[in-house]
Amino acid sequence: MNDQELRGQIETLKDRLTGLEQPSRTRYYLTCEAEHVYAVCRFLFEDVQARFVIATVIDNDDNYEIVYHFAFDELGTVINVQAFLRDRDHPTVASITPFLPGAEWIEREMHDLMGIHFEGHPRLERLILADDWPEGVYPLRKGGAS
Amino acid sequence: MKVAMQKPVLPVGPVHPLQEEMEYFQLTVDGEIVTDIDVRISYNHRGIEQISETLQFDQVPFLVSRICGICSASHPLAYVQAVEELAQITVPERALYVRTIINELERIHSHILWVGLAGHFIGYETVFMWAWKYREPVLDLLEAITGNRNNYGNVKVGGCREDIDPELVPEMLKAMDPIAQKMEMLTKAVLDDPILHARLKGVGILSKTDAVRYAVTGPTARASGVPIDVRRDDPYAMYGDLDWNVITQDEGDVFAKAVVRLLETLEAVKIVRQALRQLPDGPVAVEVREIPPGQGVGHVEAPRGETFHYVRSDGSNRPVRHKARAPSYVNVPSFKASCIGQKMSDVMITLAAVDPCYSCTERIAVVDTRHRKVLYTYEDLLRRSRQETERIRRRFR
Repeated sequence: MNDQELRGQIETLKDRLTGLEQPSRTRYYLTCEAEHVYAVCRFLFEDVQARFVIATVIDNDDNYEIVYHFAFDELGTVINVQAFLRDRDHPTVASITPFLPGAEWIEREMHDLMGIHFEGHPRLERLILADDWPEGVYPLRKGGAS
Repeated sequence: MKVAMQKPVLPVGPVHPLQEEMEYFQLTVDGEIVTDIDVRISYNHRGIEQISETLQFDQVPFLVSRICGICSASHPLAYVQAVEELAQITVPERALYVRTIINELERIHSHILWVGLAGHFIGYETVFMWAWKYREPVLDLLEAITGNRNNYGNVKVGGCREDIDPELVPEMLKAMDPIAQKMEMLTKAVLDDPILHARLKGVGILSKTDAVRYAVTGPTARASGVPIDVRRDDPYAMYGDLDWNVITQDEGDVFAKAVVRLLETLEAVKIVRQALRQLPDGPVAVEVREIPPGQGVGHVEAPRGETFHYVRSDGSNRPVRHKARAPSYVNVPSFKASCIGQKMSDVMITLAAVDPCYSCTERIAVVDTRHRKVLYTYEDLLRRSRQETERIRRRFR
């Protein structure tokens, strides 16, 4: 695959995206709403055959944002998918672990630290926090664990 | 058979004064064969991502170099590359060379350390002693450049903090000769040993499909036939301009992982020599005044795989979010694919083959599925691993 073909593949996602930026040859930033995360990530992993790197969760005050980082190593490209979770009281998004076991830990980590619920995760148990940590207290949320 | 995975009986608590890191592997066994594995981490979570948000951009490299003592060049480099990307900073060429040299020396000492420990786990104490001896001159070189054997603290946003003294370059080149010679000797000794072939081949296989599904990186991926290496795929520092090879093997077993690391060490020697010979004159840093709003990613091929950092800035002097992912975070969960079905005597070396920090493996307890009591401790497993080698050795006599 070359750069144009990769861009072409990513552009087929357009209906599901709210934004597509390519600041340099090897960097993509896609934005989408939470309900499209599963389809977008599955397309990148299975059809584009990009490698899952990690995901970053960010507390944006009025929403939660998860940035899924994928790498397309053949072209040294990093594809970032920024997904917005608008429901601040019940931040929920589909889990990508069922087709991508490499995401199991990071989804559990985001669940622990930011209180994101991953629907369909095979095992959404504590990974980072201790077993006796109080329920409903998420240390990475703005304002800390208080 | 339903497997009970609730609180098992542990021989050692999650925090123990003799261990520097806390990780816990719970193996479920049926007789000699491992039927399930569970990993618990984060007994010592330090909240580094959160702390990073409270520091200024130029303070963060000192923080992230403390994520790991062995990878203390990779983490800050990935971070500064992320910031340089978001602020569009061009780094002087000499600084890129210095970064290359330090990172490759780090790879050499880290891989030698792994070879030594792998030898220790299967009862090759000579390999262990050799490895420790030959690693020492590499640390001396790092100390000569940066003032520290580990935790070099040498990169900063915009370049490097310390330059390599021009008078040091011929000495370093000279010092590389015995290092290369000893590494070649060690590589040949391992690759030509029929007992090691018998002991390590076909053990702890991670298939190419599983390597992709678990998204593993570094030598763990390359030994399973996944040809990825950030240094070649998305070149940073000076790797794009130097002549070296990406080492891959197709077998995915422990032997393949050993081959990848040993040959990579020789490639790293090649890179350091070229970089030292071509080291250009000039400054090692540019002045950075402000970091604009934006986001950037930086990734670096650390000894264990890809170290990935993501930084977001809102235009203030601190990152609003900084994500750091170390390679073991994706490599360790692949034990689910490589350990199940293995014999107990092969588990030790299978776990060690992805090169997690070795203290991790000291937290093993084997639980009987029917009675949920502890059967083996770390010492038992180590003894069994060595007995297996001894058994093969006798066959060769």
